[in-house]
Amino acid sequence: MAKQDRPYTLINVIGGPIGVYEDHVEFLETHLKLITMEEFLENKQVLSQKIEAMYMWFKKPEATRELLQSLPNLKVIANSGVGVDHLDLKLISSFGVKVANTPFAVANPTADLGIALLMASARRIVEGYQIALSPETKYFEADWLGEEINGATLGIIGMGHIGYKVAQRAKAFDMKILYHNRKRRTVDEEQAVGAIYCQNKEDLLQQSDFVMLTVILTPQTRNLIGKKELELMKPTATLINVCRGQVVDQDALLNALQNGVIKAAALDVTYPEPLPRDHPLLKLKNIIITPHIGSATVKARRLMMISMVESILDGVNGLPVPNEVHG
Amino acid sequence: MEKPELPVLLVNEVGGTLGVLEAHVPYLKKHFHLITMKEFLESKDCLSIKIEAIYVWWHRPIIDRELLKSLPNLKVIANSGAGVDHLDLKLIAEFGVRTANAPSAVSSSTADTGMALMLAAARRLIEGCQVTTSPDTEYFPCNMLGDEVTGATLGIIGMGSIGYKIAQRARAFEMKILYHNRNRRREDEELAVSACYCGKIEDLLQQSDFVMLAVNLTPQTYNLIGEKELKLMKPTATLINISRGPVVDQEALVEALQAGVIKGAALDVTYPEPLPRDHPLLKLKNVILTPHLGSRTHKTTRMITEEAVENILAALCGFPMPSEVFPD
Repeated sequence: MAKQDRPYTLINVIGGPIGVYEDHVEFLETHLKLITMEEFLENKQVLSQKIEAMYMWFKKPEATRELLQSLPNLKVIANSGVGVDHLDLKLISSFGVKVANTPFAVANPTADLGIALLMASARRIVEGYQIALSPETKYFEADWLGEEINGATLGIIGMGHIGYKVAQRAKAFDMKILYHNRKRRTVDEEQAVGAIYCQNKEDLLQQSDFVMLTVILTPQTRNLIGKKELELMKPTATLINVCRGQVVDQDALLNALQNGVIKAAALDVTYPEPLPRDHPLLKLKNIIITPHIGSATVKARRLMMISMVESILDGVNGLPVPNEVHG
Repeated sequence: MEKPELPVLLVNEVGGTLGVLEAHVPYLKKHFHLITMKEFLESKDCLSIKIEAIYVWWHRPIIDRELLKSLPNLKVIANSGAGVDHLDLKLIAEFGVRTANAPSAVSSSTADTGMALMLAAARRLIEGCQVTTSPDTEYFPCNMLGDEVTGATLGIIGMGSIGYKIAQRARAFEMKILYHNRNRRREDEELAVSACYCGKIEDLLQQSDFVMLAVNLTPQTYNLIGEKELKLMKPTATLINISRGPVVDQEALVEALQAGVIKGAALDVTYPEPLPRDHPLLKLKNVILTPHLGSRTHKTTRMITEEAVENILAALCGFPMPSEVFPD
């Protein structure tokens, strides 16, 4: 593409802990003319007319009404990751702007992390690491045991791309798989992973040793797991969340973990992220929390970036936008 | 003595931090009269001729010539777990005593451990937990990246029951699987897990993103992974050891990890266990250590004891044992 034909694309910042990755810039600059927020604000008059796309990398820049109003030629916002719950889709659509996400790029690493958290929790890997390193450790106790994964029952709530990949992986561990989803999967799909449909999520909750949450955050799934659901779970069960913090009633979860209503939890997502440093969830012994790293692999982030570029190029050229999200 | 006709089984101790699990005692007592080492030493004259079996739990009691000499009617020693490198099988056989291990009980949970460690290392799980809880964390960086496990190449060294179960699990992650083993597996076994045989360990080391050790410890596998092998590995590769500490030249490993010859290691086993508290492996940021938890689950430990009991009862009846082990 000739350098002058590249669409002007607004980004937040390059480099640092929250910026567009330095090693993505070469590819990006081949296809897009990147404009940082700083550059935009310094030269608003000229650039506001030129910007046709926004490359939203980890929620930045934010698509506020003010920003949208100042970009009359904005055609498409490419969002990193699959979740769009942080976007006011109605508002953005009212400006005639399309939104695209990256559902395929995140599926494998998020499924991998879901399994990683399940296993780390069941087999007490984090605790074990602390014992292996502790200055107090003189021998490894015989009575220190974890929970068996093979043969256990995994209940998956949300059987989209990610949930299905979790099922594929769990099957190889000889886990019994139950699932609950808005729509039932086909018989072939169910049989391929040995998954049993639970129309009522209560049935799934009552039978599962591990409950994995892989739903999209919507008004229907907000607080999907609350006091009632936690009480339905086995007292020996573990809750794993790799979708959004708000899918779980966090206060109810805290209560349940403190009182042994469920055995343990493993969370890649919370609300907010990070939790306040004095939050009681951080002090519990029966929880592991990772810093929203579901899609945090070199390969996945690169695929996300490429997917976002494709969406932007098609969007500015008036073509159907791959991975378009509708309000 | 409760029932004089129950055979007498010697164990090191019951309960506490190192003893046979309290939860297993009712089951053991159904089949045996249980004697601890302490009880034995207190009534050696009376008990020495009564003991017919020993259940070795986490390497204890230590089976030496002195103990074997003092138990003239000992018929069988059952070991908890698959590894018998801590037992002098030749010596034991000299006394006409049979030995059994517990290979089936441990294979699934040890394979699970191997996968758990690979995932934890690849995705920087422990580091992640530290970031989430650190008092200094104000926001989550978006550039804390790990390695993708899906689609990566896993090299399995040792394709026994544990290695094969690892291959079955890794296949579900669409991993490319290479393996090296004394004996090549059958073609249908290879196809079932899409595993590619590497006759030369060097080929496996050079191509793998993750190298998983699942061999027995024998004179041939002692220091199997040393300086040369580590240098053959990719600088982006991770070594996972769920077999025995001495399979790896630990000093060479420390150097390789310090110099970035390989990216990282996840070790469920070391030599010794635990490591001295000032050992360099405890200080390296790119190492995950776990306390030999390969088969440490409630279910598996129960199965280990059941497997041991099965072997002991078979031996005492003069039948073939399900998992007898012989000196090389």
